[in-house]
Amino acid sequence: MIELRQLTKRYGTFTAVDRIDLTVGSGELFGFLGPNGAGKTTTLRMIAGILRPTSGSIRIAGVDLLQDPVAAKAKLGFIPDRPFIYEKLTGAEFLRFVAGLYDQAGPEVEHRTRELLSLFDLEEWRDELVESYSHGMRQKLIISSAFVHRPAVIVVDEPMVGLDPKAARILKDLFREYTRRGHTIIFSTHTLEVAESLCDRVAIIAQGTIRAAGTMAELRRDLAEGEEGLERIFLRLTGENAARNLVDVLDA
Amino acid sequence: MPDLMARAPEPMQERLPDPPLLHLLLPKWLTARARATAQSRGKGARVAILAVTGLLFWAFIFGVLARLLTYFRGVQEIGELMAGKLLGLVLLGFTSLLLLSSVITALSSFFLARDLDTLVAAPVDWLRLYGAKLLETFVASSWMVLLVSVPLFMAYGLVYDGGFRFPLIVVATMLPLITIPVTVGTAVTLILVNVFPARRTRDILSVIAVLAAGGLVLLFRLLRPEQLARPEGFRDLVEFISLLRTPTSPFLPSEWAQQMVMGALTDEVPWLSLYLLWSTMGGVLVLGALLHRRGYLAGFSRAQESAHRQVAERGSLTRLLHRVLAPLGVLRRELLLKEIRVFFRDTTQWSQLILLGVLVVVYVYNIKFLPLTGPGITFFLVNIVPFLNLALAGFVLASIAARFIFPAVSLEGRTLWLLRSSPMRVRDLLWAKYWVGTVPLLVLALGIVGVTNHLLQVSSFMVIVSLGTITLLTVALAAMAIGFGTLFPQFETENAAQIPTSFGGLLYMMASIGVIAGVIILEARPVYSYLSAQAFGTTADPTEMVLGFGAAAVLCLVVTFVPIRIALTRLEAVER
Repeated sequence: MIELRQLTKRYGTFTAVDRIDLTVGSGELFGFLGPNGAGKTTTLRMIAGILRPTSGSIRIAGVDLLQDPVAAKAKLGFIPDRPFIYEKLTGAEFLRFVAGLYDQAGPEVEHRTRELLSLFDLEEWRDELVESYSHGMRQKLIISSAFVHRPAVIVVDEPMVGLDPKAARILKDLFREYTRRGHTIIFSTHTLEVAESLCDRVAIIAQGTIRAAGTMAELRRDLAEGEEGLERIFLRLTGENAARNLVDVLDA
Repeated sequence: MPDLMARAPEPMQERLPDPPLLHLLLPKWLTARARATAQSRGKGARVAILAVTGLLFWAFIFGVLARLLTYFRGVQEIGELMAGKLLGLVLLGFTSLLLLSSVITALSSFFLARDLDTLVAAPVDWLRLYGAKLLETFVASSWMVLLVSVPLFMAYGLVYDGGFRFPLIVVATMLPLITIPVTVGTAVTLILVNVFPARRTRDILSVIAVLAAGGLVLLFRLLRPEQLARPEGFRDLVEFISLLRTPTSPFLPSEWAQQMVMGALTDEVPWLSLYLLWSTMGGVLVLGALLHRRGYLAGFSRAQESAHRQVAERGSLTRLLHRVLAPLGVLRRELLLKEIRVFFRDTTQWSQLILLGVLVVVYVYNIKFLPLTGPGITFFLVNIVPFLNLALAGFVLASIAARFIFPAVSLEGRTLWLLRSSPMRVRDLLWAKYWVGTVPLLVLALGIVGVTNHLLQVSSFMVIVSLGTITLLTVALAAMAIGFGTLFPQFETENAAQIPTSFGGLLYMMASIGVIAGVIILEARPVYSYLSAQAFGTTADPTEMVLGFGAAAVLCLVVTFVPIRIALTRLEAVER
């Protein structure tokens, strides 16, 4: 469903993403892990068609994003990490507007809007302007907007940021159910427990390159980590040695 | 892992942190410095153009004032009084403007700025916070007045031989004159925020400010001040002089400042005026600080609450719009609906339409009182005025496009992720923005030109020429606004009103003036031929007519499509 080939993004002399190859299949829930500044957001924003790659290719559901961006984006929904939306639209109007961007309107969209707003406890706020929403409510509205047009692929940057435990739980269930129906979701996260419990496969990215990718069992086998959790694998691959230096830092 | 808790520090008497006022302003200063020193493509050219434009602006104000003051100085008895009156009027205008702008600026700097969370949560003394934010408000709301003051006082100082002492007196006068309205405006904002939620206060304030500014302009114009310049309208000279001698408003700081400056230029310096200015400044500062101490935290806390605004689900207007826009398809309809909703729900956007309405009334009023009847006024003159009126109308339309259409793409900056990740074509977005701006602009353009033509009772030929020209010009000016707005976007600016004052906005206005001048020049020859033919009973050369009007039309069409085309390529390449 998502195919990245030699995907590269450079900002001047700095290489944010370096020749990434990755395939995410239909019905797969894929986690993208990495430390801050590793290239996760850049990769996801390239898949969403917001950033243009320096080189390489991206295919969404078989359509080349660079050759035919409109057809590729029609199959895609994107949830950014920062919930900036139109302050002067109401929640319902915003969802209707997003559906309209995908050329969808009518009773079906209205029905989905109602269902999604009610799922995230936003039904009472549907006719309130977004400017009066809290950070978490905006995040829930943006998440709803990615589902309102039922895309084949959903790209999510840090989905759990700003969500209350109930909404986080709903989102996890929603992700699982959505992929069970054959759709694909790729998301980045810093919460390793979420990735470990939710994802079919994960990729760990550091300094713009994928250090390892596969199911949890494959990662443990390849890295000979026994029954160790994802945190240990992550720290080993990304070269983190924070714990060792803590005492020095606090003593300084 | 070692037992970190064992190393917890012993409680001890520590000196409380007390960051100085300048430290609170440090981020602003560092930001400004970083912006000034940042290297970017074309920055040198940008700075050069801005500097030249600024100098031309200064030279223009200085030139006009110096000429006027030299004339005043040559008039016995009343010349000096007239110069003083003029200065008083200007300073009164300055203080009114400063009061209005500081009320709005203070709302942002004291209650809505992003750094407030950090500052209010930090151990900062209330007086320091007040001082820092007041200084920020002072700079943000007064820089334009200060810029205009430079050529103004230069002209007074040079024409009246102010000497070396004069600049010092001006500084000593202007400091309290600016501080007083800024402090009062800040206090007004504090009171308003304690009554209304900050976001709703912003809405109310923007409407009040615009209504006040519009009212002032209208009042000033309807008083027809040009009559003052005709002493023959008064019964006798004594009455005229006594009117000039009377202080317009003896209790206003602008009057004290005027007395101070004119006194320094003509005879003895009235130190009492300076004393009044400084003591009033001290008084309002103390009162402002006390008010801040009493009400700031409560107001800031209220400012964090959002104003609930429920919107009727599918009102009759929305249903009508849905029906009207239905033939455009779902995507274009939703884009247009979004543009219309976002515009009209943002009071900071549409409230300026009130001011615009006032300016249009003033414009039409001026045309109405043009002396175009009576002896010596020929058919030729009556018809050439509406043609030249086109240039002025074009300039007005370019200014409106700069304010409302130019920022359209910039305002999309924070939501560009949504549009860019959707299958919508950038072309659809640009054209939606174009038509939402152009249709009302065209209605306004045709209204202005139609009404002024009617008032001037021009010939049917000039009616056709002016309506056709203004239609093509509007279409072109709007396209250029979208084009320049996309080429020089201000994606990080939240306030739409600030966007036109950017470098791109300046370039747009310069390019617009160029296009308006081009169209007028191209049409001048055929219009002249036609009017001459009418006046002298000959026939106009049809080739000349076709060539002139054709070239003007081609120019308009080129500047309609080329900027949109460039904008399209530019927006497609934007990565955010």
